[in-house]
Amino acid sequence: MTADKTTNVTGDLAANQPDAPMRRERPVVSAASARKIGERDTMSLSDEVAKIQVNHLDLFYGADQALKDINLMIPEKRVTAFIGPSGCGKSTLLRCFNRMNDLVDICRIKGEIVMDGKNIYDRDVDVADLRRSVGMVFQKPNPFPKTIYENVAYGLRLQGVTSRRVLDEAVEKSLRAAALWEEVKDRLQDNAFGMSGGQQQRLVIARAIAIEPEVILLDEPASALDPISTLKIEELINELKQDYTIIIVTHNMQQAARVSDYTAFMYMGNLVEYGDTDTMFTNPQKKQTEDYITGRYG
Amino acid sequence: MGYTRQWFKSGTPWIWLNGGAVAFSMIMVAGLIGLIAVRGFGHFWPSDVALINLTNASGERSTLIGELVRSQTVPAAVARDSGETVPDDIELVTRHLIKLGNRDQTGQDFAWYLELGMEPWQYPRDIMVVERREWGNFYGQPQALLREGTVVATPDAVNFMTELQAAVTRSIELHEEIRRLERGAVGRINTRLERLRLDERRLELDEPPADVKAAELGRIAAARATLDDEYAVLRQELDVIYASTRRDTLQMRTADGNVVNISLAAIVRITEPNAMSVFGKSAQYVERLWEFMTDDPREANTEGGIFPAIFGTVTMVMVMSIIVTPFGILAAVYLREYAKQGTMTRIIRISVYNLAGVPSIVYGVFGLGFFVYYLGGSLDQLFYEAALPTPTFGTPGLIWASLTLALLTLPIVIVSTEEGLARIPSTIRQGSLALGATKSETLWKVVVPLATPAMMTGLILAIARAAGEVAPLMLVGVVKLAPALPIDATFPFLHLDRKIMHLGFHIYDVGFQSPNVEAARPLVYATALILVILIMVLNLAAISIRNHLRERYRSAGE
Repeated sequence: MTADKTTNVTGDLAANQPDAPMRRERPVVSAASARKIGERDTMSLSDEVAKIQVNHLDLFYGADQALKDINLMIPEKRVTAFIGPSGCGKSTLLRCFNRMNDLVDICRIKGEIVMDGKNIYDRDVDVADLRRSVGMVFQKPNPFPKTIYENVAYGLRLQGVTSRRVLDEAVEKSLRAAALWEEVKDRLQDNAFGMSGGQQQRLVIARAIAIEPEVILLDEPASALDPISTLKIEELINELKQDYTIIIVTHNMQQAARVSDYTAFMYMGNLVEYGDTDTMFTNPQKKQTEDYITGRYG
Repeated sequence: MGYTRQWFKSGTPWIWLNGGAVAFSMIMVAGLIGLIAVRGFGHFWPSDVALINLTNASGERSTLIGELVRSQTVPAAVARDSGETVPDDIELVTRHLIKLGNRDQTGQDFAWYLELGMEPWQYPRDIMVVERREWGNFYGQPQALLREGTVVATPDAVNFMTELQAAVTRSIELHEEIRRLERGAVGRINTRLERLRLDERRLELDEPPADVKAAELGRIAAARATLDDEYAVLRQELDVIYASTRRDTLQMRTADGNVVNISLAAIVRITEPNAMSVFGKSAQYVERLWEFMTDDPREANTEGGIFPAIFGTVTMVMVMSIIVTPFGILAAVYLREYAKQGTMTRIIRISVYNLAGVPSIVYGVFGLGFFVYYLGGSLDQLFYEAALPTPTFGTPGLIWASLTLALLTLPIVIVSTEEGLARIPSTIRQGSLALGATKSETLWKVVVPLATPAMMTGLILAIARAAGEVAPLMLVGVVKLAPALPIDATFPFLHLDRKIMHLGFHIYDVGFQSPNVEAARPLVYATALILVILIMVLNLAAISIRNHLRERYRSAGE
């Protein structure tokens, strides 16, 4: 993500932009009409309850600055999408919310991310605890080499849950929530590797919600999946936002338009524009944003 | 010209070259196994025994009985050089190597004879091969079966063979009984006596208060008296059986007409190969092969079986695996997962790789110096003081052989485990960490299970290497004849201090340290084949475990 800095943004865009037609015609109308019926017509960040507040966040990989003075509020129980060309820092920002960047030795962070009134980069924060309340789903499905049941129960077992009854209930509940129960209820003891890619990704989501996090981070969750699986994941996201705060990184702008309530556009480590999705796609405030979402970058 | 160039460009010559290389390797391997198999397993086939009348150059007639081992045609000059008399007008002579047996009679059980002067060979049906516990085979014609000195059956009687086989079976059963008593009851008494001796010695060393010492000594003396009584009873029982084994005697006539009495107590098996059908011979073949694999060696390892060597090899490899696996895996996990990757880890890694290239005899020397003398000697000083100056662990033994081999194969296990760990995709680790797992939880619950197929690969290579190793073992625990197996029914069941026999060393010992080269030759091949088969079985077992694991974690690496 960060290595291929944005010297050739259009080139990256072309490579990562699966919906070729979108780049030629203005997608504004189609994107907006793709939204589910029954959504509220007008949304505004100022009306929302803040779940996470990012204040003056800078992030460095060695000498390179990957994120520059990010200020952002993530609303509770809403879907927030991060869009932008490859290398713009959206995945890096996403990984700040559960401190996955800690695994990178050369990574350094300034500023603060406040969740429920507590800066998650404070010294006294237990990273494992944080990750239990901020779940994450990755680009490629990454089930463990265990049974379907054990995959979902993994997080609970880590927390020391051993009661068969509690585990059974949690596994069923999570698989139902991930819209996977009906497909796998008869083969819970099969190896998770025997599932299709789409099923694996929903299993990974079930695994993440089994430990009842408050926030779920989705890092391009559908980019490795076929259109039908993608659709299922998107429907699932719509379901999940009833209970969880969701942040999704995506390359697919139609997807961002379809699933998110709020969208942030990032470019070269800067947060360019942030607002409710409808407004972003119909009436972007910045020239850069408009160019990007219409596919006329540069 | 153009065609040749086209041909070269098409890559066909390379395909031929590569295919040829594969074919060559396959022929080499198949030839190796084939040669060993034919030479080794042919030995157990009961071949016909010939009766040969011959007249030598000076006109003396003589008769031989024996098995043909092999024949060769040599220039007459070679035969003359080796002391034979060959007429001047003959250029080439054929000579036969005959196994004559009867080593106790003639002192020479293999001899070359020129075909010159031989009358056509006969195969009389009454020629008998007597396998004995000492002195090897006896070839001859039976004359009578004696019981307590009186004749009970002669060959012209119809029931001679059944009588004889019954008597042989009886004597073998008695022999088994003796062996069971000596190994079991007598062995137990000896172990207990030895323990009493050590108790007594410990009393002398510890110097407890006089009254305690006196009481203890009294107890020891009483226990010893009981054991002595038990032994006397056993001894009497044994004497009776021994006397009973001497009841029957087989009277045989050798080729040159001498009559020899063979006590049935000394006989392992009696066959009449010339009278046997192919089925009979096949049954005999299976019986002999079975005996070879399950029996103890006799006659300085040139007769009998190789069971202790098979057992010793397997036990040693097992103990080695139990030692090397945890060490190798822990070291690899630390190197790959926890250690800060830098110059230091690189140096350690290079050193580990280089350890794999150190000649194995060097490990043997190290094992002898460090494990046997230093570690073993210290153990003896600390825990087995009463037994000194007889060393318990301060002498080559199973544990030191296994430890030395574990050290030798450690790099193999470390390298393959490390490679396995490096192949685990980082997304799987991140998935676990993102669920709130700590690094060590992720490692032991997700990463290490995924790397088990690679660890098994390392273990397979280690086993193959260890089972075939000979040089270091000669220094640290393998002997040509071990008095007891390393696992038996007396506490502590697995005797890590005992010396063991080993197939690889057995090959060397039988092939090169044996006075009777011709007798040992087929056993060398047979033992070699058993060793190859054993390694193959160990490998296949490990490979099937690995494939099972791989199937379980199939697409994780994809």
